[in-house]
Amino acid sequence: MKRFVQCIVVAVAVISSLYATAAQPPASGDVMPALKLVVPAERQHRAYLGLPAGEFFEVGQVKADVVILEIMSMYCPFCQKEAPNLNELYRLIEGNPKLKGRIKLLGIGAGNSSYELKVFREKYQVPFPLTPDRDFQTHLSLGEVRTPYFIGVRIEKGAARVFYSKLGGFENASAFLEEILQLSGLK
Amino acid sequence: MKTYKVFLVSLVVILSGAASAYGLSEAFKGNIYQTGKLKPTDSVLRVKVGEKSPDFTLPAISGERVALSQYRGKKHVVISFVPAAWTPVCSDQWPGYAILQGLFDRHDAVLLGITVDNIPTLFAWTNQMGKLWFPVLSDFWPHGKVADTFGVLRSDGTAERAIIIIDKDGIIRYIDVNDINKRPFLESIIQELEKLKG
Repeated sequence: MKRFVQCIVVAVAVISSLYATAAQPPASGDVMPALKLVVPAERQHRAYLGLPAGEFFEVGQVKADVVILEIMSMYCPFCQKEAPNLNELYRLIEGNPKLKGRIKLLGIGAGNSSYELKVFREKYQVPFPLTPDRDFQTHLSLGEVRTPYFIGVRIEKGAARVFYSKLGGFENASAFLEEILQLSGLK
Repeated sequence: MKTYKVFLVSLVVILSGAASAYGLSEAFKGNIYQTGKLKPTDSVLRVKVGEKSPDFTLPAISGERVALSQYRGKKHVVISFVPAAWTPVCSDQWPGYAILQGLFDRHDAVLLGITVDNIPTLFAWTNQMGKLWFPVLSDFWPHGKVADTFGVLRSDGTAERAIIIIDKDGIIRYIDVNDINKRPFLESIIQELEKLKG
């Protein structure tokens, strides 16, 4: 009987830790959870993120002051609708000499394969990297958020801290960029 | 002690599975019924690759009736059976197919989406997905007859999450009865359509 009780206690502890680590999306002020992201296969996307060739990377390794993550999916109608706004945001950043190289965009395809993201990229002419999260492991680490979900991360000396975490599209790229600049402290 | 270990492992596996993830679009908000983890497959196939496909005619949400035979000699047909409207993985599958018309056209193929729901339910559900270019068919009455003909009707009256590809000659070329809890990856479908080229 004593062993049975011990088993229950251990099981509850293990399960509690699973839920505790997986339950919540990162909040503003949090240290960005460690994510095992797949390094883009395309050379230009590795160059954009400032990553060497390799298998995996973490957000803190991206060569930027700010990284805007979009948790998305090829299968999500709102992500499809949002794609032109993300492209516009990319153009606004890359077209501004003061921001180019300092703010980077990265899409994380929840439950998507590389092939599915390639289809999405071609359909919407997405210019920035999309990384697959084929088995939902990153999605799980980020609290199983609905899509699209945006996380703004400030990177300083390799440390990544969340300053923005919000469900849903932004519709106006200029207004969203202004909000990112204000909240990140870049402005 | 062995019994306790088995119990412990089982409990952790079952309960941690309850927290397992799937991507779900904000498009559906809180309107999705959570089914929990289901038995991966629950039917026995009645058709085989290489056989002539059974024909069927079903009503579509557009108001038409669509027959498999109308594509004979014209298009390859990809049938996507999904279990039920307003459930998690299903609501995260066809919206992706909504952007694939060009890809299907390039492979000289059409897509038919089938569930065992009735037309009004399918109409309301698919309206949340944006504009679907492919026919959405109701296998509601006689309930699940087409799904049962193919052997993909589950014991609870829903369909399996299955992909069946039928070539222009009406021959079944591919069958994938996927784990109902997971979405089949797109590349598996497109790879099979590639094989039908030329």
